[in-house]
Amino acid sequence: MEPGHAWHDMGGEAAGAVDLSTHDYALWEKRVDALMVLLSGKGHFTVDGLRRAIEDLGPEAFETMTYYERWIASVSRNMVEAGAWSTAELAAKMEEVARRGGTYGGANRV
Amino acid sequence: MPHDHDHSHDGAVPHDHTGMSPSGHPYRPDQDTALSYWQVMEIAVRELAVERGLITPAEIAAQIETMDARSPANGAAVVARAWTDPAFKARLLADASEASREMGFDIGPLRLIAVENTDEVHNVIVCTLCSCYPRNLLGLPPDWYKSRAYRSRTVKEPRRVLAEFGLTLPESTTVRVHDSTADMRYIVLPARPEGTEGMTAEALAELVTRDSMIGTGLPRSPGA
Amino acid sequence: MAAPTVSEPQLPVRARVRVRSWAAPGHIRTPWYLRGREGRIERALGAFPNPEQLALRQPADPVPLYRVRFTMAEVWGKAAETPTDTLDAEIFAHWLEPLDAA
Repeated sequence: MEPGHAWHDMGGEAAGAVDLSTHDYALWEKRVDALMVLLSGKGHFTVDGLRRAIEDLGPEAFETMTYYERWIASVSRNMVEAGAWSTAELAAKMEEVARRGGTYGGANRV
Repeated sequence: MPHDHDHSHDGAVPHDHTGMSPSGHPYRPDQDTALSYWQVMEIAVRELAVERGLITPAEIAAQIETMDARSPANGAAVVARAWTDPAFKARLLADASEASREMGFDIGPLRLIAVENTDEVHNVIVCTLCSCYPRNLLGLPPDWYKSRAYRSRTVKEPRRVLAEFGLTLPESTTVRVHDSTADMRYIVLPARPEGTEGMTAEALAELVTRDSMIGTGLPRSPGA
Repeated sequence: MAAPTVSEPQLPVRARVRVRSWAAPGHIRTPWYLRGREGRIERALGAFPNPEQLALRQPADPVPLYRVRFTMAEVWGKAAETPTDTLDAEIFAHWLEPLDAA
């Protein structure tokens, strides 16, 4: 792409056939969606802020991360930028959650 | 939809695992496979937001229920009403958000424009910059709508893309592509199928597919 | 660039415009494939907060937003699939250069 042409701006680029298969969203994906709607709705960030941080993930993220993985990465970054919590607080919380281990279902606090 | 309820305390996952989504399909197995880095991040962000008092588990559960309640059936009801009520159709084409609210749909701040298919014009919706979709009326978009192939090609070779959906249009029909680049969202008002005279709006709504409201398909024919 | 100050739509329906062929980085809602292309105003949509500012947590100026209609021949030239097919996109006023004499 030419300089200045951002990767996400893909109208007119060559691409393959449209894959018509689809999937239902997992609970964790729906929660990411809900976090975006609620936290942006309360003014912690904007939809354009969400998009900007996704764009900043770079072109490889579109191939290596799923849609809601990109969203949670962006929501998380926007909340740190908003000052809701620090990077260190996020890191400590993620470490604590990861230590719960096992499955997604099991790592949620009961 | 018990799978989606946060019953209490910190967004805990409920014990009821029916394993089926509202559409009756299985969820992807994320719930039961090894915890991923991004799932850890989701749990962490959610718990931090709850601990800081920014949101409550009940709000998250309610938001998921609200999104699950949105489906192409909402749009189908709007389309069928427009097919049977000329005054409503005029209101829909003038302000699709207000017309949707008039029918009782909670579409939040959605700013919706309806574009009408005729004998001369076929409309199709895409978002090349991200994945803008009239989600507050139709629910979450299908995967293909968010794909590189659809986003890249629809603005340049819409007829070839539509053919991949099984829709071949005559050269005499003008294809009008709508790129949702900013604050508006779009819904196609498809043409009413032949042979549907006398059908009720409820029966007509059964003919209106999701794809017909994005422009990648046509409504079903009665009896098909 | 000075912040846009005009918040009332100025361009009438069918007015000819050219999309600016700017190439600055940033969160921009003007697709690359339309830059430098000429079209006509399909309708004015009112003013909306400038997404280039919103994306950066800045106070956002209201900017008129227009739906602009292009022919596929204009957008893609000889590569157009069907030259008379059309494409509509929403473009903010500061990305549009009016072509009709005032």
